[in-house]
Amino acid sequence: MTTIHAKGISRRGWLRWAVILGAAAALPGRLWAAVARPEAAFGATALDEALAAMGATPQVHDGIQFTTPDIAENGAVVPIRVEVDSEALPNVSKVSLLVEMNPNPLAASFDIPPGTEVYIETRVKVAQTCRLYAVAEADGQLYMQSRETKVTLGGCGG
Amino acid sequence: MAGRIKIRAQKKGDMTEVKALMRHPMETGMRKDQAGDPIPAHFITEVSVLHGDQPVMQGHWGAAVSANPFLGVRFAGGESGDTVRVVWTDNQGGTGEGETTIR
Amino acid sequence: MKRHHLGFAFFTAWLCSVPLAADNGVFDQYRDLMGDDNPAVFVIDEGEELWFTPQGPESATLEACDLGLGPGVTAGIYVRFPRYFADTDAVMDLESRLVHCMTTIQGRDLEAVTAKPYSLRGDFGTEMEALVTWLAAESEGATIAPEQTHAAERAMYTLGEEIFFYRAGPHDFSCATCHEQSDMRIRLQALPDLTSHTGAADAWGSWPAYRISQGLVRTMGWRLRDCFRQQRWPELRMGSEASIALQTYMAVNAAGGTMTAPGLKR
Repeated sequence: MTTIHAKGISRRGWLRWAVILGAAAALPGRLWAAVARPEAAFGATALDEALAAMGATPQVHDGIQFTTPDIAENGAVVPIRVEVDSEALPNVSKVSLLVEMNPNPLAASFDIPPGTEVYIETRVKVAQTCRLYAVAEADGQLYMQSRETKVTLGGCGG
Repeated sequence: MAGRIKIRAQKKGDMTEVKALMRHPMETGMRKDQAGDPIPAHFITEVSVLHGDQPVMQGHWGAAVSANPFLGVRFAGGESGDTVRVVWTDNQGGTGEGETTIR
Repeated sequence: MKRHHLGFAFFTAWLCSVPLAADNGVFDQYRDLMGDDNPAVFVIDEGEELWFTPQGPESATLEACDLGLGPGVTAGIYVRFPRYFADTDAVMDLESRLVHCMTTIQGRDLEAVTAKPYSLRGDFGTEMEALVTWLAAESEGATIAPEQTHAAERAMYTLGEEIFFYRAGPHDFSCATCHEQSDMRIRLQALPDLTSHTGAADAWGSWPAYRISQGLVRTMGWRLRDCFRQQRWPELRMGSEASIALQTYMAVNAAGGTMTAPGLKR
């Protein structure tokens, strides 16, 4: 494991930070600019609204393997894994995670360049027992898989 | 103390598996502190994983990603000793970066 | 946090009496998905930095602090706590010992350093939490072996045992009400039997712990204070005799077990 302190309080820290900023500025422009943040979908307050903002209604696809716990001890941290079988569903360029009953259902969206396996592990907050959706975009079409996770303690509190 | 990242990058067959843990409160803006005052929203909005200078994944996040976020991804290729970096920015203009080498 | 007191009383009593579900598979599934990535690693780093950071009117680091094995020795100290210190003529837990070092070595104000030892909602960790987490991690893998040679240390154990079984408060609760049997749980959390070696060793050995639901590391001092709150007892103060006594009771029951902290809790 390697740790980098990005925000130092010391003078040395600031100097190092300046170097990091410089390096970030030198990165290819496409890194931050290429794919815009899906603001409308993030702002949506209902699942249908979020999906509509993302495009079409997704079709269920078995090539998407979506793992969430049946029961989460605490909604503040619900581990999630999305894996797409590239033979069953090729050319996936984006994966989005939605939590039906959250104030803003869209939790995260990932842009995936060719060469990256469609495999994402992360942890999200789930306000209450509800369905979680993994939506994959391939060749302009949306596909999905969903699962219900029961929450014994809501995750709104973070 | 935001800004820190712990990263592991491990060769798994012809893939490289990256696991990153970030130090961030990921406040939704909907909570109140002990005194009842609202805690301002503070969360990572953009996160990128880079192999050398090549982005292998770019994430857009909302406040629903858990505090001290965890991210695991896999990309093709990558050799032992190659650099893998994770870079993030948050809604308050904060940034963080971590780096490791593939083993 | 306002709750309906009566309702919550019944609720709590009912929760304590729920037998452990036969199906533990769902808990294991959740834990497996979580993996072993514990955000406490950040807090360990922060604690180590704080130890070496000059603070207070004396602008001193804590390197001269004697945690029982000599000034500056941090490895293996946590498993010996609570213990008697001749310089203060008192049995101390790690937290009260750190307060002692902050006031004597760094010259910091007692009220200031004890004002807020534990994070409140919306906080992202305190100095005390970070220092205790790092120092506990410095004992990771070590055998729990609290000192019991001094008469004051043995008296502290006896007092702790007494408080553990003492029923009081509006709910007529004791620590033992929830922690004297091994087959009880609250929600999905199994309640350890702290009167048994195994239960005490698992509990004592896994705190401080990263509390997933709070995004924070919590210390045993906080854990006990929260148990008091749940029993509707008066606030348990950090470094108080009652807190140190209960910690001594638990640590001695845990003796021979292994320190695995910082743990990862729901």
